[in-house]
Amino acid sequence: MNDRLFAYTLRLADDAAILGQRLGEWCGHAPTLEEDIGLANIALDHIGQARALYTYAGEVEGKGRDEDQLCFLRKEREFSNCLLVEQPNGDFAETIARQFFFSAFMLPFWEKMKASRDETLAAIAAKAEKEAAYHLRHSAEWVIRLGDGTRESHERMQDAIELLWPFTGELFEADDTVKALVAEGIAVDPATMRDVWGETVKKVLGQATLEMPEEGWAQTGGRSGIHSEHFGHLLTAMQYMQRAYPGLKW
Amino acid sequence: MYTQALNNLEAVTDVEDAGRNAAFQARVDNEYKIEPNDWMPEGYRKTLVRQISQHAHSEIVGMLPEGNWITRAPTLKRKAALLAKVQDEGGHGLYLYSAAETLGASREELNEQLLSGKAKYSSIFNYPTLTWADIGAIGWLVDGAAIMNQIPLCRCSFGPYSRAMIRICKEESFHQRQGYELLLTMCKSSQEQKDMVQDALNRWWWPSLMMFGPSDKDSQHSAQSMAWKIKRFSNDELRQKFVDATVPQAHYLGLTIPDEDLKFDEETGHWEYGEIDWSEFARVLKGDGPCNRQRMKARRKAHEDGAWVREAALAHAEKKKARKAQKAA
Repeated sequence: MNDRLFAYTLRLADDAAILGQRLGEWCGHAPTLEEDIGLANIALDHIGQARALYTYAGEVEGKGRDEDQLCFLRKEREFSNCLLVEQPNGDFAETIARQFFFSAFMLPFWEKMKASRDETLAAIAAKAEKEAAYHLRHSAEWVIRLGDGTRESHERMQDAIELLWPFTGELFEADDTVKALVAEGIAVDPATMRDVWGETVKKVLGQATLEMPEEGWAQTGGRSGIHSEHFGHLLTAMQYMQRAYPGLKW
Repeated sequence: MYTQALNNLEAVTDVEDAGRNAAFQARVDNEYKIEPNDWMPEGYRKTLVRQISQHAHSEIVGMLPEGNWITRAPTLKRKAALLAKVQDEGGHGLYLYSAAETLGASREELNEQLLSGKAKYSSIFNYPTLTWADIGAIGWLVDGAAIMNQIPLCRCSFGPYSRAMIRICKEESFHQRQGYELLLTMCKSSQEQKDMVQDALNRWWWPSLMMFGPSDKDSQHSAQSMAWKIKRFSNDELRQKFVDATVPQAHYLGLTIPDEDLKFDEETGHWEYGEIDWSEFARVLKGDGPCNRQRMKARRKAHEDGAWVREAALAHAEKKKARKAQKAA
């Protein structure tokens, strides 16, 4: 088994699954009917990506684990998603800020991943890129609307940006797993995404009349399984059925 | 613009006369579609707005019991299917509100009627989804009953409603098969799951039969709606069709319909079912069902929590318009 490729694919799968899970919590409770549909659609894209990535991770691992075993039967410390995606939905501004920061990273990420020497990851990237482009457009438009809307929406959007900012640094981290796979032409070097991400964020926050937070301390730990306190609650709901009724077909 | 133009029709209907009414009825009788700009009796418009908006509200409130299981779906495939289904329901709500808008009823106004409790929605959504099998039962029974009701609406005399129904029915039919397949998988997998499915059927069967509305002898709106070809079959006819289609499906799953009086009548070829508890129907419709208060509270909360977002979107649109005008000047 290629340990590194397994770990790397699993990270990408966890990012997609956990963000999809969070977005799914909105269903039926969004500010407008259009947003109910829009957020469910974005959730669906992430769940779709997670399925493809978990399936591939299972194949790479070669122990017969399928997408559901990887998603529903691993424990808190085994999840390697970034901290940003697991942050609670909060108000609509927080959900939008989380999506915007993430999609502004994932769009150029998937664009580059299309050139990966790993054919499966490249194929997943080709589909995910189109979805990320839509997610970025949707969330950026809302950042602008809320930032340049009313005084209340401006404050809420600025607060959301400040709240989630410390979780953005982790997106650009490269540990030994990533570095080795970058050298093999399989992984994307996240550090190369920094400039384009920074430009996107700066441009959109500028249009939204919002202030760009200062660089500074970045919270990290997700990639090595050190998550936030609320992460266990997320897993409790997500994994409930597989834990309560082990080994059954659904 | 479209809605505005239609609003003008309100004045015209004040002077409706027997001649126009007769011409209208002749068009309906000849199976022509009535379109938003055509003259129509005020009662026809009101009936349609009431029915279409109730239908739209049902789709929206219906997102809640199913949404309750999105975070806990047992597999990723089921989670994706459920998300897609609930998203479809939201889409149905959207087309239906648009169809009602062509009759001059704005979405804000209709939403206000829902939140104030003035407008009704399908009583079925006041029942709780307690286990995963309930998700399958809703697909199979609730969407199944909805299809029985809605297929004839594809031929409804009002054009926008009938066209919306064609698309909606295609999606509902997919949901129904998906729900049945979910239950089939469970019933085949283990006794424990089959018991869960039986329990879901026990709880959803009677409320599903109530979805067709009061029995024909007590139905107030039916005769006129039939003449206007808004309705094509009576409540009891549709209910019978549903029972006849569903009982064999339950038997195929190895389940028992929770009705001791259920029996097949060889002569008529129909399944005879027992007396529906109409007092329960009336009670839930009136507001005293297991989840009426919770459903309304959830809708109101979403509306209130989202107010600042909608205000911001409007304010931003106004600012953009002003800037554009300034640029042009």
